[in-house]
Amino acid sequence: MAQYLLSVWHDDDYVVDFSGDDVERMVAQVDRFNTDLQTSGAWVFAGGLHPASSATVVRSNDGAVSMTDGPYAESKEQMGGFWVIEAADLDAALDWAGRAATACEGPVEVRPLQGE
Amino acid sequence: MNDDLAAVFRREAGRCTATMIRVLGDIDLAEDAVAEAFVIAAQRWPVDGVPANPGAWITTTARNRAIDRLRREATRTDRYVAAFRLDDAEPRRSHPDLADLDALVDVVPDDQLRLLFLCCHPALSADAQTALTLRLLGGLDVGEIARAFLVSEATMNKRIGRAKAKLRDNHASYRIPEARELPDRLHVVLTAISLIFTEGHTATSGSDLTRVDLSAEAVRLGRSVCALMPDEFEAIGLLALMLLTDARRPARTAPDGTMIRLSEQDRSRWDPSLIAEGHELVRTCLRRNRPGPFQFQAAIAAVHADAASADETDWRQIVALYDQLLACRPDAVVALNRAIAVGELAGPLAALAELEPIGNELDGYQPFHASRADLLARSGRSVEATAAYDRAIELTANEAERAFLLARRSTVVGPEGEIRRVR
Repeated sequence: MAQYLLSVWHDDDYVVDFSGDDVERMVAQVDRFNTDLQTSGAWVFAGGLHPASSATVVRSNDGAVSMTDGPYAESKEQMGGFWVIEAADLDAALDWAGRAATACEGPVEVRPLQGE
Repeated sequence: MNDDLAAVFRREAGRCTATMIRVLGDIDLAEDAVAEAFVIAAQRWPVDGVPANPGAWITTTARNRAIDRLRREATRTDRYVAAFRLDDAEPRRSHPDLADLDALVDVVPDDQLRLLFLCCHPALSADAQTALTLRLLGGLDVGEIARAFLVSEATMNKRIGRAKAKLRDNHASYRIPEARELPDRLHVVLTAISLIFTEGHTATSGSDLTRVDLSAEAVRLGRSVCALMPDEFEAIGLLALMLLTDARRPARTAPDGTMIRLSEQDRSRWDPSLIAEGHELVRTCLRRNRPGPFQFQAAIAAVHADAASADETDWRQIVALYDQLLACRPDAVVALNRAIAVGELAGPLAALAELEPIGNELDGYQPFHASRADLLARSGRSVEATAAYDRAIELTANEAERAFLLARRSTVVGPEGEIRRVR
């Protein structure tokens, strides 16, 4: 078994309209996906993130710590949430990623975690 | 002697590597074992003579090397376990029982399929798929692949190294896809082989229009896919398409290296044995009636091959085949080719109308502008035709293609009926 990070990405200016039908549908889809992960034993950890504008970058230069406002990568696309899953192999992980992308209606990146 | 060894290597390297990857669970270790076997052959054969069955000799030597290596490393558990990062699908095991090694290293045809599906894993880019396939299954060395794709050896080395690392780090399984995933996975494999063929057939840049090696390599890969999966008609369709296209090779270039269009080729120079084989494969597909995109493309090539001259081409049938191809794989390039066929059947104005909806999508695609230029010239719209040729010339990186397009542009007849002068 290997572990993979599945991260979901969206445009930086993505605004969630919590009153809309879209959100209700998506939340239901993601809930169902999470339940599937848990019942199959693939679930390790997961979480949704606040917008990238809520981020702070902390740096250390020889122990002198400084911080700047905003996400590290000045990118139009930002990570909106992630799962860490356990899967038998790459194809199994890609299969989960496909279901994740369908559930949250956005692109999902798959990356293997180091170590066994 | 060296020729013998090279010939055996070309024939056996892929097969042997495929088995060694299953046994060793690691691509690099497998490549090393196979390379070692060939080094030993290069030392022994000049002294002992070439063995009666050189392929079997190489395979046996590589497997013995692999066994030696596994036994040696079995005592060093950490390295041994580290070697098993590429997972075997079933049964799931961290490492093989040493007693079973002899059985494990038997060459089974399935190994080549496993390797083919691994090299063409959809998580790899098309560039990586083709390079890895040529390296591991084709047995080409990195330098050869780099020259064929006109990139530096360092770039190709990095490309292949990254692909192998990605498969290893991601715990890619060494397995044949299950029935439900097979159609998609097979299509990726066949597309990779067709890309290798196309790269050989029309080099995307450089001065030679054709590069013999890659086309021949793709045909060889296509033949082995058909042998390994005789019931996959798309594989047969791809092989037929490649043979029928390759048959035109002797007629595709003039002695000075410039390209000759299909309509102007001397068809007596087409290779009759390749055409006969391609036709037979297309007939096999038709009998089984399980069509797919490569089979439709092969059928179109077969209709072209049937015509003794360009004027005798059955364009109605070609347009009908393009309709079916578009229905199963909607694609702007297919739509472009269909439009060209419509131009032959119903005239250039009808074809130009077909180009309208795909113009945006294909704006960066040289053949779109070359075809549009030709249709505009035939409609007497010389100013637009010249502009379209300019755009096509701007987009080509191939010298033979550029010469062809420049020559075409110089024949555009102006509204006053004179040949337009070009700069």
